[in-house]
Amino acid sequence: MAALFDPLLIAIVAPLAVALAIGCGLPKRWSVRLAYVGFGIPLLMALHVWWHYSAQTPVSGYAFLRQYSTGLDGLGVSLKLGLNGVALPLFVMAGIVGFAAGLYAIQSQAERLKIYLMLLLVMQGGLMGVFASVDILFLYFFHELALIPTFIMVGVWGGRDRGYAAMKMTIYLTLGAMISLLGLIALYARSGANTFDLIALREHLARFPLAEAVQRDLFGLLALGLGVLVSLWPLHTWAPLGYGAAPSSNAMLHAGVLKKFGLYTLIQVALPLLPAGHAHWASALAWLAVIGNVLIVGFVTIAQRDLKQMIGYSSVMHMGYAFLGIAAGSAVGVGGVILMMVAHGLSVALLFQLATCIHHRTQTFALDEMGGLARPAPVLAALFVAATFASIGLPGFANFWGELAIFVALWKYSPLITALAVSGVVISAVYGLRAASRVFFGPATERMNEVASRQAPSDLRWSERVPALVLLAALLFIGFWPRSLSPAINPALPASPVAAASASR
Amino acid sequence: MTLEALRLAAADNLWGAIMPELMLGCIALLLLGLEIVLPRRLHGVIPDVAAAGLLGTLLGLALNWSSVAVGRETFNGLLFHGTSGQLMRVFFVLSALFVCLLARVTLPRHTAPRVEFHHILLVVTAAMMLLAQSNHFVMLFVALEAATIGLYLLVGYFRGSTASLEAGLKFVVMGALSSGLLLFGIVLLYGVAGNPALPGHTTQALHFAELSRFLAANPDNFVASLGVVLVLAGVAFKIGAFPFQIWVPDVYQGAPTPVTAFLAVASKGAGFAVLMALCGQGGAFAAYGWLTTPVLTAIAAATLLFGNIAALTQHNVKRLIGLSGVSHAGFLLLGVIASAQTPMAAGAVYFYLFAYLAASFAVFGVMAHVAGQDDSEQELDHYHGLAKENPLLGAVLAIGLGSLAGIPPLAGFMGKLFILVSAFQAGARALLAVAALGVVISIYYYFGWIKAAFFETWTPPSGEGAGPARPERSPVTPVAAFVLGALALASIAIGFYPGPLGELLTLR
Repeated sequence: MAALFDPLLIAIVAPLAVALAIGCGLPKRWSVRLAYVGFGIPLLMALHVWWHYSAQTPVSGYAFLRQYSTGLDGLGVSLKLGLNGVALPLFVMAGIVGFAAGLYAIQSQAERLKIYLMLLLVMQGGLMGVFASVDILFLYFFHELALIPTFIMVGVWGGRDRGYAAMKMTIYLTLGAMISLLGLIALYARSGANTFDLIALREHLARFPLAEAVQRDLFGLLALGLGVLVSLWPLHTWAPLGYGAAPSSNAMLHAGVLKKFGLYTLIQVALPLLPAGHAHWASALAWLAVIGNVLIVGFVTIAQRDLKQMIGYSSVMHMGYAFLGIAAGSAVGVGGVILMMVAHGLSVALLFQLATCIHHRTQTFALDEMGGLARPAPVLAALFVAATFASIGLPGFANFWGELAIFVALWKYSPLITALAVSGVVISAVYGLRAASRVFFGPATERMNEVASRQAPSDLRWSERVPALVLLAALLFIGFWPRSLSPAINPALPASPVAAASASR
Repeated sequence: MTLEALRLAAADNLWGAIMPELMLGCIALLLLGLEIVLPRRLHGVIPDVAAAGLLGTLLGLALNWSSVAVGRETFNGLLFHGTSGQLMRVFFVLSALFVCLLARVTLPRHTAPRVEFHHILLVVTAAMMLLAQSNHFVMLFVALEAATIGLYLLVGYFRGSTASLEAGLKFVVMGALSSGLLLFGIVLLYGVAGNPALPGHTTQALHFAELSRFLAANPDNFVASLGVVLVLAGVAFKIGAFPFQIWVPDVYQGAPTPVTAFLAVASKGAGFAVLMALCGQGGAFAAYGWLTTPVLTAIAAATLLFGNIAALTQHNVKRLIGLSGVSHAGFLLLGVIASAQTPMAAGAVYFYLFAYLAASFAVFGVMAHVAGQDDSEQELDHYHGLAKENPLLGAVLAIGLGSLAGIPPLAGFMGKLFILVSAFQAGARALLAVAALGVVISIYYYFGWIKAAFFETWTPPSGEGAGPARPERSPVTPVAAFVLGALALASIAIGFYPGPLGELLTLR
């Protein structure tokens, strides 16, 4: 029995199966009930593997390793599932954020709720697959599976400018995905290992490393393609627009989880396989990230007058830190990036959810037209302020550890860049706290009074509180006890890719 | 020629080997006979007889998959029966079967005669099946002409529609030109191969293997190169590759929708079967790889770019799918180029063709239902609100277009992936970049179509100067619903689990 039980496969298949059942015409009442199952099972499986991870004996670094044939063994393609220390935290995060986004979607009373839930479930299945795949072709495959519903959801259920936003997102993200796919295929073809299996590729390339020029080209190709997907400046313009228009659960899943695919692939695939390529591109990546993502986008974020756009820009800005950690490349830096990806996924999902809750009460996203919401909605205010603190990176939240580790690693890499990057924290404090004060404190604006006279704003309902509390609890748990993740992460990190690169020269 | 030689030659005529083609020919004749014999009120069953005949042929092919003839030449070298030939037979029969289904939707609306349509369809299908197995330029040309002349008739089938007639005329002129080029190329090859002054000269120059030997002995003969290029140009016409794609938009728009589908899928498939026999590994032109590879590379790059960019601005879905089909031809050419060096590429091309078949007929099936009285005027606007009013057609359309665009987890993605991998192994880097660019551009117009069906709502024109009303959609019969649903599911299933089809195509 134990041999048949594969938590990873169950976490992927359960949401997809529920989506299929809904697609086959289940009545609405049952669809909603089954959706709880579809979002609940991945969470349970995620918690299960988190709990049991340390007890597993990893096979070549991976626990829960299973392989399923798709009939393409000759090409070196098979559905190989497993978790290493890099994948585990993100897998857990995907389960938690997916659960919260699902709960929020179920109570959202969206138009055509059944199809909305179905697409969200497909997305959830894809997300669990992304972080459970050891085969890099399936890594890409699951990413696309999760990406397609995004386009449709933005186009159908989106807010302002949804047609334009959906189109722009589709084109940018398809371009990024195509370039990354070419990079992955190039890796497959050039390695000569004739396999997409990451473990086999690592072993093969450890013995026969690629020539330095090839590594450089491949890393450049991957960094460009994945950079578009992670909104590396100046290819980030799709992100704020898309998130501004996306329905909340979709924005939670995309900004929170799916966007991490690019960083995750860089860490899992590009860093260990292409150390010389990393050494070549690191400084370009670092400068782009610090000047573009952290500083320029940071200032642009301050100038935003729309709450959701602001969160979208802030998420682009925080991706800059992640790129900095990857550029630094040391074990501390990459470990920091992993922690920060988890923390950012939780906190940005929380912010997007609360932004929509605010919108329901104020009927606007414009910051200038809000004010004084703390009095009628104290719980909402408290949660939003907590989420803002988390996003700024205050100690006690998971984000703090991630950013701290990145800065420590970065100092060794370049003190100048570190100084610039740390000033970004001030920027995020400015826009974060200013937004919180605009929305909740100070006198109510005229427009707010007008809205309130029609329907007095209420505090968060329990159906809205539960997803928010789940996310906040996870943030605090990791924030106060980072050791819950770090022992798993540490052995998975490369001793130091930079050192390995210089050794191979 | 002595009597003995004739007897030996006759012994090589293995009629059983071409049973499927013979069957289709007989059924085609049967249809005409039935029209004479049956009373008028029973004429409605004749198209069903055609469909049943195709189904029977398909079944027979499946049962006799590895028949005695596979792997050998018959009819004195005119035909060669290989695995790829078997695959293409299935491909053409499947195409014809789906065209029958589309015809049931489209033809009744135009009160066009149905028996003749199916008769020609079956004959063309049989000709294409022979074409895919031809091993000799005489066979190739005869089969190609038989198929093309049938298609001339089908393209201009709606005699009352000026668009259809215009398309027919254009197709005849362009087709005649391409046949001329092809024939000229064949004659040049024949002439130069028969020149006794050259090493390895042969009197059997039209036989692929003999020609291949001659070309290998004369790797840089000018006249032979000219012949090779002209033959390629003739084939490029058939697949609609740049710069011979000029007929595609008008002909696709004017032809009846089922015929457009047949042109887009079966005719293109036939062209690629010929290309693979000529330019693939061990093909007739294998020794001229130094010439065919750059020529095909240039054609493929231009085809990919032209097809995608030209499709961007289209509002008529038939023109759009025609031009997108041009870009698919470019993608397939990438596979053909790779197949000269990578054994896997041949399997990739056939995989792509089958994925393209499933996706295309899903889309054409929806088009046939949405189209109104005027078959040539099918605008993107007509799709507004489709998903809301008819979720089945909406879903089938989305899956079909998604597969054509190459979005995972659909079959089209796997097809593109295999082609890209094999092209990488063959080292066609620059072309890969063009292909990737093409995919990104194609997303725009495929997505625009999906957007029209899903995101836009239909508002009936009102007031003075309002545009024409949207055409009435055809009701979806249970059979059509079943087949379209099956096509959509096939696209998903092949995408998730490409193993069996991949193995069949010897993708190893």
